[in-house]
Amino acid sequence: MTRVYLLSVYDQAHKAAEAASAIRRDGLGEVTTYAPAPNHEIDAALGPGVSPVRLFTLLGGILGCVLGFALPIYTARDWPLITGGKPIVAIPPFVVIAFELTILLAALGAIGGFLILSGLPLLGAGPPYDPRFSEDRWGVVVNCAADQADAARARLTQAGAEEVRRANP
Amino acid sequence: MSFRRINDDILRGLEPPGIAYFAGVTLALVVLALALFAFWHQMDVGLGVAGYQPPILWAVYITNFVFWVGITHSGTLVSAVLFLCRARWRTGIARASEAMTVFAIMTAGLFPIIHLGRPWFAYWLFPYPNERQLWVNFKSPLIWDVFAISSYMTVSALFLYLGLVPDIAAARDRIKDWRQRVYGVLALGWRGTERQWRHLNALYGFLAALVTPLAVSVHSVVSWDFAMALTPGWHSTIFAPYFVAGAIFSGVAMMLTLLILVRHLLHLEKYMPVAHFENLAKLIIPLSLILTYVYLTEFFMSRYSGSPFERGTLLDRAIGTYAPFFWMMVFCNSMVPLLFFFKRVRTDLRALFAISIVINIGMWLERFVLIVSSLSHSFDPAEWSGMYHPTWVEAAITAGSFAWFFLLFLLFVKNFPVISMAELKEETTREGMHVA
Repeated sequence: MTRVYLLSVYDQAHKAAEAASAIRRDGLGEVTTYAPAPNHEIDAALGPGVSPVRLFTLLGGILGCVLGFALPIYTARDWPLITGGKPIVAIPPFVVIAFELTILLAALGAIGGFLILSGLPLLGAGPPYDPRFSEDRWGVVVNCAADQADAARARLTQAGAEEVRRANP
Repeated sequence: MSFRRINDDILRGLEPPGIAYFAGVTLALVVLALALFAFWHQMDVGLGVAGYQPPILWAVYITNFVFWVGITHSGTLVSAVLFLCRARWRTGIARASEAMTVFAIMTAGLFPIIHLGRPWFAYWLFPYPNERQLWVNFKSPLIWDVFAISSYMTVSALFLYLGLVPDIAAARDRIKDWRQRVYGVLALGWRGTERQWRHLNALYGFLAALVTPLAVSVHSVVSWDFAMALTPGWHSTIFAPYFVAGAIFSGVAMMLTLLILVRHLLHLEKYMPVAHFENLAKLIIPLSLILTYVYLTEFFMSRYSGSPFERGTLLDRAIGTYAPFFWMMVFCNSMVPLLFFFKRVRTDLRALFAISIVINIGMWLERFVLIVSSLSHSFDPAEWSGMYHPTWVEAAITAGSFAWFFLLFLLFVKNFPVISMAELKEETTREGMHVA
């Protein structure tokens, strides 16, 4: 079965949210929504749950903390040279390094997680897009079987689309 | 307000600039060239051209380092804290302030290197396996500094950049000339799908929460460069909060200077109302009072500690060789900002601009007095030295640091949206003011 893309354009967020949930409810195809700004109506319509970016942040932070203690301890023992009359492995000064690396790696983990989860950088073509979606229009793109295109088009128009067209990635 | 209007207004800033802009960029380039020449001369001849005279071996360069690290402390910090507190008025000022942070830290990071006798060995500061089989000394505050500053630079730069991605995508979709390709690459293929917004929002929250303690730690670590030494006038436990408060104080002042300029030059009066500047001015009042309190505490502790060396150094600071600088600092940091108690001053942009510059002069002097006067009056009276005289090399490099900072900032405001359009749209929707 060939699959087609239907691209629809809306002037209000709630219309796009309505269209997206109608398509999803009726199982007419895969939905991608576009918005010029984060929007809670669309979030609520698609019921996305909590972003797993938090997990990446936590893992990055733990890794940073371990590394932040391991590196100074390893290097201090590798060449044991007493400085300032302090023990070779002196924990208090190493806390500073561990603190900085915890934050650095937690941030890098969060960013890595964000990139992976949001499919960035986008290397292929991706679903169809319209430049107006970064300005003042919301978009709903449906990837559906060719024989369901008419039904999907009807739902999109019903929700108040200004424009519905077939589009290529 | 329509979303299209927001795009029109903000992206207008990316149109070809006028002659004043090019004049500014040229001036910055000329001063920067002079500074590069001075630095080349210093590398050629040696650090002696910088006017160091034992025991004053930290002077203008380290003053500049602390000054610029201080400037970094408001942009990202204020932006992140206001984000975490859901303060709506942050939208107009956050982006430019974050950029200020990134450029200030790019300036600050140069000074420890300029201050090195052999700057080409600066990479020795990083721990890496090497043929000398040596590691850095993790017990040294200078190494903590390396970690703190480089982490802060990385996280602030990424905080700025990732917040910019949706707006760079908007620029990519709007601009049709050769720059479209550049914005296309920088936008990473951002399209504003539901999935992307959700993860970006989560990411932004985490970065804001991470960068806040990071900023506090950075200036604490910078303060320990001094406080961990036994030098009278430096060896004090109040240094970390003292430096952090001073840094936020000077950073907010620099935010005022830059934002008032940006507002005027890019005609963003509508998006940066005077009330936002008034809020920043209000923030300056308690910070100024905290600094005054710290200045007094230092004198109190010098008496209370019973240490003749501490007492001598602090007394010398107030009535000795560097007394004029000290009192000018007190005037700039403790007295002038009190004018912000008057609403008429807080809401007058010209007054705000002038006072913000006075504060930054005061904060530069504070670091100079702290560093140089303490070193010039150490334990041994035989070491006490007279006035430190900066040379033309230090003056040129200092001027060059301002040129470098302003150059980066000028390039930023003309090439990237200086206010977050996505956030403005979110705010407009939340307030129910959006019209299609």
